[in-house]
Amino acid sequence: MSVANTMELVCPAGSLPALKAAVDNGADCVYLGFRDETNARNFNGLNFDDAAMKEGIRYAHDRRKKVLLALNTYPQSENWQRWTRAVDRAAEYGVDAIILADPGLMAYARKAHPNLRLHLSVQGSATNYEAINFYVEHFGIQRAVLPRVLSLPQVEQVIANTQAEIEVFGFGGLCVMVEGRCSLSAYATGTSPNCDGACSPAKSVRWQQTERGMETRLNGILIDRFKDDERTGYPTLCKGRFDVEGETYYAIEEPASLNTLDMLPQLMAMGVSAIKIEGRQRSPTYVSQVTKVWRAAMDACRREGEKFVPRAAWMADLNKVSEGQSHTLGAYYRPWK
Amino acid sequence: MKLALGPLLYYWPRQTTMDFYAAMAEEPVDVVYLGETVCSRRHELRLADWFEAAEGLLAAGKEVVLSSQSLLESESDLKTLRNLVEAGKEGRMGVEANDMGAVRLLEAAGVPFVAGPTLNIFNGHTLALLAGMGATRWVMAPEMSREQLAGVLAESPKAMETEIFVYGRLPLAWSARCFTARHFNLQKDACEFRCLAYPDGLALSTREGEPFLTLNGIQTQSAKVYNLLPELPEMEHMGVALARLSPQSEHMSEVIAQFRGYLDGKLEPGAAWNTLRTLELSEPCNGFWYGKPGLNLIE
Repeated sequence: MSVANTMELVCPAGSLPALKAAVDNGADCVYLGFRDETNARNFNGLNFDDAAMKEGIRYAHDRRKKVLLALNTYPQSENWQRWTRAVDRAAEYGVDAIILADPGLMAYARKAHPNLRLHLSVQGSATNYEAINFYVEHFGIQRAVLPRVLSLPQVEQVIANTQAEIEVFGFGGLCVMVEGRCSLSAYATGTSPNCDGACSPAKSVRWQQTERGMETRLNGILIDRFKDDERTGYPTLCKGRFDVEGETYYAIEEPASLNTLDMLPQLMAMGVSAIKIEGRQRSPTYVSQVTKVWRAAMDACRREGEKFVPRAAWMADLNKVSEGQSHTLGAYYRPWK
Repeated sequence: MKLALGPLLYYWPRQTTMDFYAAMAEEPVDVVYLGETVCSRRHELRLADWFEAAEGLLAAGKEVVLSSQSLLESESDLKTLRNLVEAGKEGRMGVEANDMGAVRLLEAAGVPFVAGPTLNIFNGHTLALLAGMGATRWVMAPEMSREQLAGVLAESPKAMETEIFVYGRLPLAWSARCFTARHFNLQKDACEFRCLAYPDGLALSTREGEPFLTLNGIQTQSAKVYNLLPELPEMEHMGVALARLSPQSEHMSEVIAQFRGYLDGKLEPGAAWNTLRTLELSEPCNGFWYGKPGLNLIE
């Protein structure tokens, strides 16, 4: 039960106001990134410059909360130093951990800053305990964030076979592809999540009202078309409707949010160390609302154990901010596959 | 430069697959990768069958490498992986690691290995680490450009062989969900092995009819065929040791002949390219090599 008592709520901070919203509403940790391609949410207007970073760390630490820095993209040979300098800055500013994906960068961090805690990013694509233990043994990573592809029993199997703490996504936008190995955006737009930290970037997007409906395009490729009574969506590449053998449908994924609130007792019981909320691109309002619900839920679950039932009001609040106004259990629920 | 036949990404019936490899034994490819890298439910060939195919290829003088599954989720997936590592210990066949779990097991067993394309090696530091763990060859991630390759090669150990994916539909993503099954409203665990009906994958187009992607079970590929034939001399000059051709269901011998002919100076690149255009499953592309969107074709 001791792990359940210390299960952390890890919330996204795409900006300083969002960081404060998360901390004020009960997050145990916040995660954030610098304003460049060293992290996988490299979008315009997002993330922290040095001043905001220092202020955010101060704000969180004053309230005994932790700050995790995402450095989870893959440096290339020609820009290697941008990432190593980011690691140095993270250590200097006093973040509680850095979240990495690149093995070379992990080796650097280990050597240059042996006391800096390392977390394995979901971008490291470690979907089994042999892979996680590889990172534990070689780089001393202390926590691994699991890609959203494992069923609950598979998550349990991982926990049983590794010393590393396990952090899982509990809520937010769903990547249907295994994180860290998706080149769909690079194929369509030239922007790679692995190297550029972005997928389906705004600069490649075009919205066009036509007589057939509102068309959304990514680098000119038609991702979807909406009739007047349909709610339009951002053309994330894998969330469009496509034609397969004459049928038009969400061939890859429907726009829906992951929401595992129903599974909280099981996640706690199996020893998950932290629940991660996705959403660094979302507003401070989103962060407030989601953090508040999850804080209440985790506290209630701790008290009620197996008898825990998510309150209808919580689900309603989460649905309001969900993608496509609906949610899914994703891969945690095997029939989803 | 050597030619490598990449692992078969599609799902073919057992006899078709065995016949294919029997034919490949006669082809001018130097290295053949065997094994199931996409889906653990594909059992037309058991490990014993892959070994049988391997024997024929070894007897014909080919180097054989057993490729491990890219997405490993279950204990059963890990058991299959451990069996591959055991086979690698014998030393007659190599093993391609497509997941860091495989790297861990191969290093622990002292088995030299090929660092596969899904290990995310984007810089020389990571490659050097893998070399230290026993990697003797690495396969570049197809999304990487020649600039990125040059950067890695500048820092890589001299003895490390580089292999580049130069022909075939590009593997772009993996998922826990099976998109072929989903097309038939089936779940992965009860998929009825529908992907057997699509020997080169299931075509996905946009709503205005433009071919865009290919569904191959849990793997999503490009619709277009990556083709770097004209870029082979540049690669050779950079020190690339192997060119990987990805199997397609028909005309594979003719495809191999174009690449071998060009490399041996017996075919003009224009002629080889034009012949490939008649054999390709769809339009060619080469954007990744040039640091552009993958679906672009830079002439």
